[in-house]
Amino acid sequence: MEIDTLDRVLSQHPFFQSLDEGYRKLIVGCASNVVFQAGEIIFREGESADHFYIIRHGRVALEMHNGGKGPIIVETLGEGDVLGWSWLVPPYHWRFDAHAVELTRAIALDGQCLRKKCYEDHSLGYELLMRIVNLIAERLHATRMQLMDVYGNVKH
Amino acid sequence: MNPVNPMLPEVFKIRRSAQNTEDVFTLELERKNGGGAGFPFKPGQFNMLYVFGVGEVPISISGDPTRPHSLVHTTRAVGTVTRTLCQLKPGDEMGVRGPFGTSWPVEEAEGNDIVIVTGGIGLAPLRPALYQMFARRERYGKIYLLYGARSPGDLLYMDEVGLWQHQYRIETRVTVDAARRDWKGNVGVVTHLVGKISIDPVHTMAFICGPEIMMRFTRVELTRIGVSPDRTFISMERNMKCAVGFCGHCQYGPHFICKDGPVFRFDRIQNIFGRREI
Repeated sequence: MEIDTLDRVLSQHPFFQSLDEGYRKLIVGCASNVVFQAGEIIFREGESADHFYIIRHGRVALEMHNGGKGPIIVETLGEGDVLGWSWLVPPYHWRFDAHAVELTRAIALDGQCLRKKCYEDHSLGYELLMRIVNLIAERLHATRMQLMDVYGNVKH
Repeated sequence: MNPVNPMLPEVFKIRRSAQNTEDVFTLELERKNGGGAGFPFKPGQFNMLYVFGVGEVPISISGDPTRPHSLVHTTRAVGTVTRTLCQLKPGDEMGVRGPFGTSWPVEEAEGNDIVIVTGGIGLAPLRPALYQMFARRERYGKIYLLYGARSPGDLLYMDEVGLWQHQYRIETRVTVDAARRDWKGNVGVVTHLVGKISIDPVHTMAFICGPEIMMRFTRVELTRIGVSPDRTFISMERNMKCAVGFCGHCQYGPHFICKDGPVFRFDRIQNIFGRREI
């Protein structure tokens, strides 16, 4: 995919909404287009978190393994979502497995490349960090709601 | 409702019973002594179901209001009364008082896009609203059904939901809290789906039914996409006993859920909604 096309895709993605154009152009330098077929493993728990993904189309499942009980899907992500923040948190290892549930198109962002750019330009780092923190807060809130098992009922 | 004495149950017989999920079941009832007029009700209303010698519980009506000859209730077996209810067989008798309470503003919503957000057993009180909209589908814009449950095995009416998508052009988004790998749908909270729909918020009405915490955060998400409180309706649940506003068991601030609700326009209760003291 051409650089200008990548830039356009990123500019339209909710995660990068209203990000300064100059920063976006810096980020595009770390971006590449990726496609995952249905069932394809994107990453596995414990592997090096070299990338994160801006999902354009499709659906990705995040799984955790629970010994002999097999994998449990704990979340799915789709169009407009961001997959992964382990690239930002030492020791940069994935905490889940991820696989494509259906044909999925995404922009992969090189974590090492981005970390370097964030280190060189702290304003860019702050911008990205704020967006990631927002994402983490939303996921944490969703996880708490899932843990509450809210669909239980009053007793009659 | 019995026009002479709303506290007096009428005897009904079980026509059919069906297990929907591990702990949810549906009863189809008919009057013991017949009754040509059927059982007219409005979507969102509830009945008090009386298991003789055991107790009485408020249960929403989940059938089709355009076909009132059949009275349908879907409920979860979680307590003494509902566990006994789920053991009743065709031909068994029980008492019914109702219908009680306010309803979903299905007719007032004509001309709008509709967003229905529901979780768990909350789809049951909304199903009559959907049926009524389907009967006049051309009078509504887009209809979104956002539905969450604990697991794929806890999803209600899934055969029907599949049919609704095609037959009535319903945009359906279903999600569960956790799933095995054979589940190909969404996993996550239902509130997360709100931000992913495409509606004109000024011409949208939202109907929400589910656990209060789910409804609270659904309102947060509706605010984000521009749907105002006066275009949002929620169904509240409290421990209703008399169902006619006498006993006070279901008092909710200045309201009685049984007669002022269960369906409220959100702006009329937003000052007390979610408050710990109430």
